[in-house]
Parts: sequence; C-alpha cells; structure tokens
Amino acid sequence: MHRALLEPYQHRRSAIHRLPAGLKAGGALAFVLVIALLPRASWTAYGAGAGVLLLLAGLSRIRPRALALRLLLVEPFALGVALLSLLQQDGLRIFAATLTKSTLCLFCMVLLSSTTRFSALLRLLWRIRVPSLLVTTLALMHRYLFVLADETACMVRARRSRTFTQDRASAWRSSASVIAQLFVRSSERAERIYAAMCARGWKT
Amino acid sequence: MHIPDGFLDAKTAVITSALATAGLGVALAGVRRTLPPRRIPLIGLAAAFVFAAQMLNFPVAGGTSGHLVGAVLAAVLLGPGAAVLVMSAVLILQCLMFADGGVTALGANVFDMALVAPAVGYGVYRLLRRLVGEGLRGRLFATAFAAWCSTVAAAISCAGLLALSGTVPLRVALPAMGGIHMLIGLGEALITTLVVAAVARARPELLLERTGPRLRPRYGELAAQGLLVALGLALFVAPFASSWPDGLEQVAATLGFEHRAAATPALAAPLSGYVIPRVGSAALSTVIAGVAGTLVAFGLAWLLASLLTTPRSRGARPGGKGEAPRAPRAA
Repeated sequence: MHRALLEPYQHRRSAIHRLPAGLKAGGALAFVLVIALLPRASWTAYGAGAGVLLLLAGLSRIRPRALALRLLLVEPFALGVALLSLLQQDGLRIFAATLTKSTLCLFCMVLLSSTTRFSALLRLLWRIRVPSLLVTTLALMHRYLFVLADETACMVRARRSRTFTQDRASAWRSSASVIAQLFVRSSERAERIYAAMCARGWKT
Repeated sequence: MHIPDGFLDAKTAVITSALATAGLGVALAGVRRTLPPRRIPLIGLAAAFVFAAQMLNFPVAGGTSGHLVGAVLAAVLLGPGAAVLVMSAVLILQCLMFADGGVTALGANVFDMALVAPAVGYGVYRLLRRLVGEGLRGRLFATAFAAWCSTVAAAISCAGLLALSGTVPLRVALPAMGGIHMLIGLGEALITTLVVAAVARARPELLLERTGPRLRPRYGELAAQGLLVALGLALFVAPFASSWPDGLEQVAATLGFEHRAAATPALAAPLSGYVIPRVGSAALSTVIAGVAGTLVAFGLAWLLASLLTTPRSRGARPGGKGEAPRAPRAA
C-alpha cells in the first residue's frame, strides 16, 4: 500500500509547488481548522472549500488520477469510523456531514503533501521552535524510512524465495523474525550514524 | 484507530492537543535528561523502524490481514519516554506526509496511541515484571499482556473521544471499539511477543541494556505521564454522568472496565473517587465481558510465554523452516 504513497510528486515545478512552504502549510492548517470546526450543516461552505481545493489541484498540475488514488487509499479509515455514527438518532445527517468534512480535510492534506517537500516542512517546524529533539527525530525518521522500507522488502523477498509453502503460524513467526532483525539492524545503523554525525562535527 | 479530521469538535480537539503537548513535553525532557547523545540517532531510526514494521502484513482469517502498532514494542525495547517520542514522530509523519489521521485530530491521535498506549503498556509491563520476576518467560508474559492492555486502553480512549465530540454515542462506540480491539489486541500481543522473543534470541544484549540502573530516575516521568493519561481519560469519560440520561451506567461500565483492563496504579488513583451506587444489568454484562476478556488474555499471555520459552516446543517444527531468513547483506 505504502509503495504508491512513497512515489514523490513533491519535486514537480508549478505555481503551487513554488509557493513558500510556510504559506502552504499555514493555509492548509487554516483550511482544515475552519472545515473541521464548522457546524455540521454548513453545506455551502463545504461546496466553496471543495471549489478552492479543486482549483489549487488544477494549478498544481498533478495528474488527477494520482491525487484520487492517494485520497482513496486513506478514505476507507474515515469511512469506517463514520459508519459507527449511523447508529444513533439523526445518524444519516451526522454521517454525511462528518464524511464530507473528513474528505475535504484529507484532500487538503494530500494536496499539501504532494506539493511540498517534507524537508521544507521540517525547516518550518524548526523555525517555529518545535523542540530540536523532536525535529531531529522526524528528520532522521524521514531520511531512513525509505532505507528501512527497502531493507524490509529485501528481507521479505529473501524469506519468500526460501519458503515454498507457508502456513499461517510460520508466516507469523517469520514475519516477527523479520521485524526483530530489522530492529537489530536499525540499532546497528544508529551506531554508525552517530559515528558519522560526530565525524562531521555534530553536537547536541 | 487514526481519527480523521472532522470527527472531533473544538473542545475535544483543544483538550487533547493540550494533553498531547504536555505529555510529549514531559517525554522530551525525560529523554533529553537520561538519554546519552550516542543514542539520539537511535530514536529517529526506531521511529523509522516502527513505521516500516507497520507496513508488514500478518495474515488473519479469511484473506484479511493485520499489522503491528508497536507502542509496547517500542516501550519494551527503548523505554517509556523514548516510546512516547517514537510513536509521536510516527503519527506526525503519517499525518503530514500521508494524510493518515487528521491535523485537528493529531492531538487526539497522539494522546491515544503515543501516550495512553505506551504509558498503560509500560505500566502493566513494569508491574508484571516485578510480580513474575526478571527471567525471559516473565519478560515475554509481561510483554504479551501489556501489549493487549495498551491496545484495549487506546481503543477505549478513542471511543471516549469520539463520544465526547458527539460523533458516535458512547454506548455504541465503547462496545464496538473495545470489543474489536480486545481481539485485535491478541494479535498485537502475539506479534510483539514474537518480536521480543526473536530479539532476545538474536541479540540479548539489546534487551539487557534496558534493565540497567538507568531505569531508576524515570519513575517521576512515568508518574507524570500516568497522571496525564488518567486526567485525560477522566475528562473524556466523566462528563457522560451528567449529559446522558443512561450515562451513569455507561460510566460505571467504562470506569470498571478501565480499572480492570489497565491495572496501572496511576489510573486507579484518580478514578477510584467515582463510587457508583447502582450498576445496571447492561453495564454489569459489559463489566463481566471486560473482566472475562482480561482474564482470557492474561491466560493466553502466560501460555504464549511458556510455549516460547520451552525448548521442546520449538524443536517440533521442521528444522529451520520459517526461521529468521538470512537476507543478503545490504550493500
């Protein structure tokens, strides 16, 4: 699932991509806040919000199919929670309003994350004085996410090529071994990274 | 369990954001104080590790699959403060990069999965470790039961948040979320325990490091986290006593259940002030279901720990098949 998500659209050039990250992030935050906190029945505002988002999506020149795919990947979670709200008085209206709100907000965040580099967002977090340990953690995590994902895929492929048939119990056991091995490798890698960081003059 | 945008109202979003910020602040201060600089990259790597581990699917019945959440795994492998930081980083990145979990609900998600889950899990873990001893079997048993408790506690907290916002009524949310996650928790407990057992087999020194003297100064921090969690749960669940016609029984169920399922001392203290005079039959059955579920999970955790630490049971398997694969060395 995440393979599709990791495909980057962040490096395209368009009017939206070139806007400063602070403006986009601030705008997205304001949009999400307004939509999420509006009273449930404000359908005209939802329509206007959708219009603005579609306009921005058009300007960003990302293929509509790619945006729709990313939206569809995260939508089921919202739908699942929203279904629970059907089981009460006036449930259908609450359901429709909640689902509309969350879809608009999801669309907004998908748009933000596909037009803004994560490193720009990190720099923004740094500038608004989020504690440096948290920003460092996020930066390291983002940097090594793809490395570890590749390493996991590599180990899973190696396991598949060695087990021809597999029952559920051994699938669980071997997946757990993969995760354990991944942790061992991560902690070894962390040691090497620390040595490299020190070699380049890093201080806490 | 990621709550999207639009499901929480303003007051819930503000309260949870404040609690999440406070909890994350306490964790950051604790980690900065106790963590040697050598291990700072490990926090970032561990966050990436949890994220990557969440992408591995485990087959469940009928074509569906589940995945690890990792709160208790992080707490057992790295300690509670680091676990809070790691899980928060995972949630923030999922929110900003993948739109998974809402921006206005980020505080709520961090509270549920990065504060409640590791704090309850680690509290149960420490408690059981003290009760059953420091051996591998005790460790695995404590890990299994803590993973189950943390999943259920996070689900209950999530249900409380959704109910407080008026999106889902509590009498629907609590049994649905609690019940489903009592099953999901079994999967989480199984994966977490298998992973800890595999780490213990492959690199026992990575685990032994955690039981060293460095745990001592962290009790104050753990108490602060526990207090925040208890405060949040009390805030989210207590208002129903007044706002719901039949809310009292629900609260009784929740508090009774909470008290049972998450047997941390930090939780019991603030909540024990609520004495419910009369408990309805529906609430009673919920409590009984909760207690029965807890006992079953407790027994299963013990069974799992025994199975994993008895050498004969592993010998029964065809030699080496399904064992940790040796992946080609990464270049």
